[in-house]
Amino acid sequence: MSVLEVDRLVKHFPIHGGLLQRRVGAVKAVDGVSFAIAKGETLGLVGESGCGKSTVGKTILKLIEPTSGRIVLGGEDITALKPGGMWPHRRRIQTIFQDPYSSMNPRLTSGTIVGEPLENFDIAHGKERDERVARLFARVGLRPDAMRKFAHEFSDGQRQRLGIAKALSVNPDVIVADEPVSALDVSVQAQVLNLLIDLQEELGLAYLFISHDLAVMRHISHRIAVMYLGRIVELATKRELFATPLHPYTEALLAAATAPDPRRAKRKRTIVQGDVPSPAKPPPGCHFHTRCPYAVADCKVTSPPLREVAPGHHVACHLR
Amino acid sequence: MTTILEVEDLRTHFDTLDGTVRAVDGVSFSLARGETLGIVGESGCGKSVTALSILRLIPPETGRIASGSIRFEGEELTTLSEEEMKRLRGHRISMIFQEPMTSLNPVLTVGTQIAENVVRHRGVSKKAARDRACEMLDLVRIADPRRRLDEYPHQLSGGMRQRVMIGMALSCDPQVLIADEPTTALDVTIQAQILDLMLDLKEKTGTAIMLITHDLGVIAETAQRVVVMYAGRKAEEAPVEALFDNPLHPYTRGLMRAIPRLDVDAEEGGRRPRLQEIPGLVPRLTQPIVGCAFAARCELATDRCRTTAPPIVDAGGGHTVACWETGL
Repeated sequence: MSVLEVDRLVKHFPIHGGLLQRRVGAVKAVDGVSFAIAKGETLGLVGESGCGKSTVGKTILKLIEPTSGRIVLGGEDITALKPGGMWPHRRRIQTIFQDPYSSMNPRLTSGTIVGEPLENFDIAHGKERDERVARLFARVGLRPDAMRKFAHEFSDGQRQRLGIAKALSVNPDVIVADEPVSALDVSVQAQVLNLLIDLQEELGLAYLFISHDLAVMRHISHRIAVMYLGRIVELATKRELFATPLHPYTEALLAAATAPDPRRAKRKRTIVQGDVPSPAKPPPGCHFHTRCPYAVADCKVTSPPLREVAPGHHVACHLR
Repeated sequence: MTTILEVEDLRTHFDTLDGTVRAVDGVSFSLARGETLGIVGESGCGKSVTALSILRLIPPETGRIASGSIRFEGEELTTLSEEEMKRLRGHRISMIFQEPMTSLNPVLTVGTQIAENVVRHRGVSKKAARDRACEMLDLVRIADPRRRLDEYPHQLSGGMRQRVMIGMALSCDPQVLIADEPTTALDVTIQAQILDLMLDLKEKTGTAIMLITHDLGVIAETAQRVVVMYAGRKAEEAPVEALFDNPLHPYTRGLMRAIPRLDVDAEEGGRRPRLQEIPGLVPRLTQPIVGCAFAARCELATDRCRTTAPPIVDAGGGHTVACWETGL
């Protein structure tokens, strides 16, 4: 049973230009993305900057309105809900940001910050709230006296723990984590990844884990979706994706990623050339054909659909 | 191999409201001609300050090289005048940074900026400098270099800007290129292109590279020798294979176990394993560190570690480590 289902999600941002600021085009940030996440599962969404992975996250959170498509949260369609209608559902889907600092009021103590959602959603007040906040602090590995500190008094890793405590405070089913460890040093990154895995196993949380880092993805995800210019080009279990990557872009990503092994690294690799085209003017047909070493004539014309080629392994490529 | 750059017992201090920060606290290493030396460590370990010290780019209002020696081709840099340093920078020692946009001038075309450097250090005509700029863009594999010369930095992608920076840095055939996190801001496919380009150019030009990064993957991929830094000090130094095969310092070992692995299926019976955490935090650099800087986080630490700074122990084959407890 999926806790979150996304069906043909589209988000186009209009581009205005000319004297009258007419609409002259659109950035197709998300261009027909579908997936589902089960309770207790981590779906990794990986891709390079501008591929639309963060826009997918924001659209699901209804921080921006989707252009079309459907978002179903816990069996309820939340796509068309206005902010007021969305309100009761916000408890069930929470988010963790890359830089938690920017989402914290510098003049509030960390205890107040974490306790705020409890007040807002009328879950707990006064003494009961304080007790819950203390439990949350303990759960994410922060000392109880940290509740009186301000956000700037914490280290990066502790602040991310604070962000996690805040997200957990309302007992969500789904957490959208957008690059939650990208700004952290490796030793601290390990602490936060371990915490996220522990919490998931304990509470049955579903994670949509957005990252550009394939090594982190391989560690934390159960399934991985690879995005390129607004579309999912491959979706498979982690094991399948790393053992038999099918899309040429996935292959290119894996070849380009560095690994802490000098012997693996020194082998000659195929490096995909060129830059990612602009999402405002994506190439016709398969978006990847301009950089694909295997592209044939059809790739430049027809957009390949995402097909299931093996159980649970989906790929959008004419050649597979 | 002949040494081109030698840093000896370098100490760089900054004055802050909280006291003197010992950002670099007695670091020594050398760079050989044509070699790629990786300097790796986490934020605040002093790796970037080491690089800025070499180029004497520490802002004099807040910081200074407190002691130590930096010798480039036998010449002492710490005592050179600013004028003499200006003749050296961008000419015999060049540097590229993480974010090229902050070091490129937004109102000058990239051609003008590269040519400017060539005119300054080579004293050639504008025409010759522009030809050299074009040659450099071609060298860093920018397609259609003639046209690109007249473009402004904002018209280029992040990867192209970094190529321009590399082209500019190499335009006067420097002996040493210092690259501070050159690919950290780039996407993974572009990072691969840039690393590939840097190594290829190193082969062609014989420029020695000092590559500063937090990324052990990048180190494994590019460096021949590695210096691991922690809290302003050198923890370990080794040829790259030796470092990854047999890391000796508890900090290096901790780092290697803390990184998620891209190249290894780490699951045990379908369960995601825990990454090894390094407990605690980096020490504050405002107080002098007594003993080993890593002692407070180290599971092997003894009383000796907490009171006396460890000596640099030679493990053979160019592998050295600053630790009391490696059993050497």
